[in-house]
Amino acid sequence: MHDKQVRRRRAVLALLVGTSLILLTAYFGESPNSPLHSVQRGIVEVFAPIQKGASKVLSPFGDVAGWVSNTVNAKSDNATLRNENATLTAELAEAKYQLHQAMQARGLLALDTAAGSTIRDYSPIVADVIGRDPSVWYQQFEVDEGTDDGVGMNDPVVAPSLNAAVPGGLVGDVTAVGRNWSEVTELTGDKFAVGAEIDDPDGDAGILQPAVGNPNSLLLEDLPPQTGDIQPGKSYPVVTSGFEDPADPVIKSWSPPGIPIGYVSSVNENTVLNQQDVTVTPYADLHHLSIVQILTRAYPSATERASLTAP
Amino acid sequence: MSSAADARWQLALRIALIALLAVVIQESAIAQISIFGVSADITPLVVMSIGLLAGSMPGAIAGFAIGLLVDLSLVQTLGVTSLLYIPIGYWCGRLRELRDPAHGLVPLALGAAATAAAGIGMAVIQFLLGVDAPVSLLLLQQIFMTVLVNTLIALPVYEIVRRVLWPAIPADPRRRRRRAYTTGGLSPLQRPSERLGGTAPRGER
Repeated sequence: MHDKQVRRRRAVLALLVGTSLILLTAYFGESPNSPLHSVQRGIVEVFAPIQKGASKVLSPFGDVAGWVSNTVNAKSDNATLRNENATLTAELAEAKYQLHQAMQARGLLALDTAAGSTIRDYSPIVADVIGRDPSVWYQQFEVDEGTDDGVGMNDPVVAPSLNAAVPGGLVGDVTAVGRNWSEVTELTGDKFAVGAEIDDPDGDAGILQPAVGNPNSLLLEDLPPQTGDIQPGKSYPVVTSGFEDPADPVIKSWSPPGIPIGYVSSVNENTVLNQQDVTVTPYADLHHLSIVQILTRAYPSATERASLTAP
Repeated sequence: MSSAADARWQLALRIALIALLAVVIQESAIAQISIFGVSADITPLVVMSIGLLAGSMPGAIAGFAIGLLVDLSLVQTLGVTSLLYIPIGYWCGRLRELRDPAHGLVPLALGAAATAAAGIGMAVIQFLLGVDAPVSLLLLQQIFMTVLVNTLIALPVYEIVRRVLWPAIPADPRRRRRRAYTTGGLSPLQRPSERLGGTAPRGER
């Protein structure tokens, strides 16, 4: 009796496995239009409405389970996305910084290669801004080049503009220098002054000084009395005049002539006639400086430079 | 028709109903729910449960039928899933017939084993049939996650199948023992007459 049961069990097992293998072999080797495939398609057609109905009936359960699953997944997704967001934010900040640096470098190049530019004649060296006074009282910043790189006292410093339409220009001069650092006083600093002229056929010249109470503007003062022909609304360029006393060549401006500074942004006829001064807005973006150029051979001789260098 | 044949037919009908419902529910609802990136698969659990409850023959036949239904409804290569589910149902049934495991967590372990066997077996058969696409190690991760999810639902699935099949199972050893003890009979350990070698009550000597 027991042997008969065992034999029957084994026979059924062998029959089932054999049937599966035959089905597998036949199905695998047949073309898509074969009888087995046709039977399968027929059964799928029968099953489809049942599955459709079941799917509709069971969809609330599926939705609930899907909601739970999505909620669980959302928690892990949230953590992953937060990490990704932090990484991307850091990358974006780095990319923005690099873009800013690239724009400044491109601005410097444009400044050097602009038509009529004399900047390249003064051996400019590029310096990174490494420190800045956060207070509004001292318009100064520190750069990473010093005497070892040929920087001297009163060397003019130029910087690009972030606006592609304007070339950039003078931002200040070196007021303290060490072996590998220099301190630059911006042209909006209260002790700054430089000889400048309006770049027009008349070439009216004066002294450019910061406007008290308005750190973003400069005043071109001591213009000649006949400056009244400056017309309001025209952006006259203002450049350094490179003043030099013909009687005593040692008395000269620390800045060579022709370095762009800014443009005449405001003209009041009464002010021009009575006080002989106009308002000038600098070309350089003084609030976003990261790269500047120091004109290391602006002043005539090394001897004179050495005499001005701080001990 | 004798009561034994009646019970067999009743069992076959219940198994067929379970098989059909399992495949329909699996394809219509469960397959569309993603848990930990994978979907649960109740079909190997149902085959395991039938084998564990009804024995090796019903288990193997249910495995063949459920596998065939899966292949037919999903338009897969016929015979592949059947080939995998037959041994699952058969060996789960043999385990019941030979060992009759009574521990409550046996379905859990067998569910994990059945799912792992189905997953690995499917991968092996697909390799043998020739898979053109490069196979990623993620496949192992998927199989592992499916085993994990199926292990979690193995006990509820077993319990549902047991409740459906229980009235039609003719000779469940545990039930037979339990019935014997609860209908007035004593365990052999509690019957001193048998334990002590057939000592009859005093009045019957």
